[in-house]
Amino acid sequence: MGEMNENKGHSFLDFAYQMYKSMKTNEINLVYEGVVTQEITKTFTSLTEKNLAKSEESNMVQRKVFHVMVECLQNISKHADSLEGEEEKRGIVMVSHGKDEYNIITGNVIKNEKIPALKESLETVNSLDKEDLSALYKKQMREGRLSDKGGAGLGLIDIAKKTGSKLSYQFKELNDDISFFILTSTIKRK
Amino acid sequence: MEVINIKGTEDTPNVILDKENGHFEISGRSLPEDVNMFFEPIMDWIDEYAEDPLDKTVFDFKLEYFNTASSKVILDILLKFEEIVENGKEVTIKWHYHEDEEDMLEAGEEYADIVEIPFEYIVLED
Repeated sequence: MGEMNENKGHSFLDFAYQMYKSMKTNEINLVYEGVVTQEITKTFTSLTEKNLAKSEESNMVQRKVFHVMVECLQNISKHADSLEGEEEKRGIVMVSHGKDEYNIITGNVIKNEKIPALKESLETVNSLDKEDLSALYKKQMREGRLSDKGGAGLGLIDIAKKTGSKLSYQFKELNDDISFFILTSTIKRK
Repeated sequence: MEVINIKGTEDTPNVILDKENGHFEISGRSLPEDVNMFFEPIMDWIDEYAEDPLDKTVFDFKLEYFNTASSKVILDILLKFEEIVENGKEVTIKWHYHEDEEDMLEAGEEYADIVEIPFEYIVLED
């Protein structure tokens, strides 16, 4: 018994250290998997904000990172679907930075039936330049209604507009009903 | 009219709506989870104000951050004040932003494109 626990402890230590090393090497600032609520959103954004404030990042980049994080997290807390039986809105969130950019990666479960519409929104946003994004944003604000979840269909347009980068995304099918949706938003450091 | 004076939190803005003293201001951050719930009393107040507004209203927007759901509600507020303009009263929106906050200036310019209300852009000093 004792030996087994020791082995377990040892392998966890290895795992934790490997993860620590890998996070360091890949310059990952934050990883989270779990329920995404408004409280979590507030906690992560303020944590990231404090860390960025300590760094020498320009205010503009700091604000953009903050902005994109809020939209991504609120997207999960409003739209994420669940594995069978779960009521909660779960997801993963990862913030990393390299020499030239910050990446904010989020992932959540989505019902397959919702994918075509989401893909279309993503493709539309990716096909537009800054001016067209602004025009679409204005149109959507005027015509869009706030859904009962409080979404306005503006999040993706806004992320593309603020970051000036294309939205990178992937869907991984899990079964006939659901897939895993990954969205990567990139903010250039200037 | 009653005065609305809401203190801001880390995810909701400061709001002052004071007809008697001609003070109309929204400042800070707006990223509430339930935008409708937060802004409902504010929209109600503005609806009532629109029935008998001052001859000249100056509304200060000093937002440092707002989420996209809030952006829609801010437009709804501005559209209310546009009605006041259409009814022959004067309204000015003072849109404050930090010098390095290009995105916030752009947001103001987008609203100014949509609503027929004069906007003044004011650089906030830290």
